[in-house]
Amino acid sequence: MSEVLLKVQNLCKSFFNVRVLRDVGFELRRGAVLGLVGENGSGKSTTMNIIGGVLAKDEGLIELDGRSIAPTNSRDAQALGIAFIHQELSLFPNLSVEENLFLDHFPRLTSALPFIDRRKLRELARKALELVDLKVAPQTPVLRLPPGERQLVEIAKALSRQARLIIFDEPTTSLTAREAERLFEIIRRLRAQGISVIYISHILGDVMRLCDDIVVLRDGQVVASEPRVNFTIERLVTLMVGRTIDQLFPERAPVSGPRRAALTVRGVSQPGVVKDISFDLNLGEVLGVSGLMGSGRSELARILFGLDPYSDGEICVGDTRLVPLSPRSAMDRGMAFLTENRRGEGLMMEASIADNIVLPSLIEQSHGFAHFLRPAQLSGVARGVAARVQVNAKTIDRTAVRMLSGGNQQKVVIGKWLLRAPSIFILDEPTRGIDVGAKYEVYKIINEMVEGGAAILLISSEIEELIGMADRIMVMGRGEVRSFCERANFDRETLLSAALWD
Amino acid sequence: MTEVGNVLTNSSGETLSRPAQALRWLFFSDYLVLALTFVYVGALWPFVPEIVSLSNLVDIFLQVLPLFIAALGVMIVLMVAQIDLSATSIMAMGCVVGASIMTSEGGYLAGSPIAAAAAIGAFIAIGLLIGLLNGVCTAVFEMPSFLVTLTTMMFFSGSAVWYTDSGSSIGSLPSAFLALGYGGIGGLPYAAIITVALAVAVHVGLTRTVFGRWLQAVGLNPSAAAISGVPVRRVVIGAFMFSGLLSSLAAIIYTARLEAGTPILGQRILLDMIGAAVIGGVSLFGGKGKVIGVLFGVLFLSVVDNGLQLLGLSLSSVYAIKGGVILFAAVTDAVRHNLMARG
Repeated sequence: MSEVLLKVQNLCKSFFNVRVLRDVGFELRRGAVLGLVGENGSGKSTTMNIIGGVLAKDEGLIELDGRSIAPTNSRDAQALGIAFIHQELSLFPNLSVEENLFLDHFPRLTSALPFIDRRKLRELARKALELVDLKVAPQTPVLRLPPGERQLVEIAKALSRQARLIIFDEPTTSLTAREAERLFEIIRRLRAQGISVIYISHILGDVMRLCDDIVVLRDGQVVASEPRVNFTIERLVTLMVGRTIDQLFPERAPVSGPRRAALTVRGVSQPGVVKDISFDLNLGEVLGVSGLMGSGRSELARILFGLDPYSDGEICVGDTRLVPLSPRSAMDRGMAFLTENRRGEGLMMEASIADNIVLPSLIEQSHGFAHFLRPAQLSGVARGVAARVQVNAKTIDRTAVRMLSGGNQQKVVIGKWLLRAPSIFILDEPTRGIDVGAKYEVYKIINEMVEGGAAILLISSEIEELIGMADRIMVMGRGEVRSFCERANFDRETLLSAALWD
Repeated sequence: MTEVGNVLTNSSGETLSRPAQALRWLFFSDYLVLALTFVYVGALWPFVPEIVSLSNLVDIFLQVLPLFIAALGVMIVLMVAQIDLSATSIMAMGCVVGASIMTSEGGYLAGSPIAAAAAIGAFIAIGLLIGLLNGVCTAVFEMPSFLVTLTTMMFFSGSAVWYTDSGSSIGSLPSAFLALGYGGIGGLPYAAIITVALAVAVHVGLTRTVFGRWLQAVGLNPSAAAISGVPVRRVVIGAFMFSGLLSSLAAIIYTARLEAGTPILGQRILLDMIGAAVIGGVSLFGGKGKVIGVLFGVLFLSVVDNGLQLLGLSLSSVYAIKGGVILFAAVTDAVRHNLMARG
């Protein structure tokens, strides 16, 4: 057995006569973790989809264990020992863990009849779950598991099929920091067992900590393929975007003048969700909110914006108490809210860029008793906003948001709120799943707003982002405020441990 | 809303020939149904030349009017990704209550000069109230609209029969009311004036008012709409009330033509209403619908119906063929939806 498990050479692929992969080549050693990084559209997913049998290659060679392979569907790939764990998991939430694990090869009572051997199934499932250290009963429905444990089920599924190569595509996007740590632990264990891993992620810090080798893709070409020790995050970024970004976070001009509270939150509680939350959000500052998923940070954001109820405490904008609580009343007081779920809650995917941008402002843009609209006026204001946030699209009136990249979609969501010129902007994971270049532009927009005197509540899972952007950081855990941290005292370890502490 | 440019090339990316391009454009355009209507008439012409006779065309035109109004109501509810099956029961209920108010044979307001006006008010109030009930159950209690409107349909259809004592019809309606059926001014039927006015109002409402945009937003993504400050529940309730209103207005024209109040009014047109909306390109997935498309859908279904009857087919075979046509339209909608989603 040679040391190389997977060898990819001169891989090419075109869609609609557009070359998306040009001569992509790299090697993956047995029992190694290979990081694959690149901006959105750089060809990461296409490469992995070819290896995973989802897409067919145009040209090139893929060798697994010295044998040339060309899987034509994911079943082929599975049979070859390749497992692909997608960003959106492919489990059936209504079925139990054991049913998900063995869905396409249930153990049968007798091979002739289609009856499932439940006892054998449970036993096999238990063994598979042990491999990933997941302590749940095999008969638990998957929908009762948190995202991190679902991911472990998916990995157990791969292992139960004797996977030799596991591909992870952005596995941590829906995981809490602790769940991510657990995943990394499992990946390290897989490596020790001689299983090879390809790890795709936008979170470069994770890639640097986890991987043995890193391949950087840009515009469908490999621009670097070296051992991890040769890289720094700065070098990775430079290679990915093809130019030097002086800093990951743009400079912000300090806002002068006395601090004035834009939003005052006092003792806000909702049983089972948040408990006794108090803080001030000042005009001209970015207040970062750190915490694990389930710490109550997104739930707090929804309460502040009037989407969910609270039983105790009060929320004041300026000097007025916010009643009744509804998105409309919050918006009328100058608030805006970017949700963490861009596709599900932020955008009408089938509608045009312009329709999405004007949606929150329709009332303000209307005339007369029946709230009449003037289409020309609407597309005019939408065009202005689209230019300000630099959405890259041919036409904003006809291009459906669905056709845009993640970064451009996020700019549309930001744009629809910028049109209202909010004084308080709650941003929940504004840079999740978007590439480095788009992130930088989002940060610039945030800075412009702060310089204009707006107050920003920035919720993020990326500690580096909070350290880079926030003036203060509020750490949340189990629905409560754990601590506040001033800019002078920002420290990665302290913040992480404050969030992780239980 | 979607980029037309993308659908003009086929999946392998090469440019299509000109006629193929035209066909492709037609497949995705609003005018597909209108074109099919002409194709259908052309195909039937040799067999039943009377299909293009003036009197037949007038027949079709008059038949289209109230169905068009009712189908617009269906469209508005489909826009918010819900469904309204109760329209025909709204018609029946309005019809018997309205007739019982104005009939000169023992009506509540028999002989009164305001009888017809009061009856019309009753029609409209019943439409709005049943719509409100549907809307509240769907939006506030979060029940599936299919279930809600199916049960209100059963309840009010039954109630209409009960109201008239075993389903006898109520005649002797005042002539001022009957004029709405076939009467007119300067050769233009009142029904046509009402229909055109409503169609224009709905078109303007959908495309040029905040409420119209809200309907679209709620249909496309209710969560995103709520976060953008759209009062989602009120919009859904409003859609059902609007639908009830349009059903009752259609019922007024039907009743005036029938010259009687009967609990079986509109019993058989539910399929036509929903079918016309779907054929007219109103998406069952919500968020998409145009007045002109519904007009073509109604026209198409009415012409199909008329042609089949001229051919002398039995009622049951007419029904079967219409069902097939509507199924075909629904499949086409799904295929178009998938093709566009793929871009």
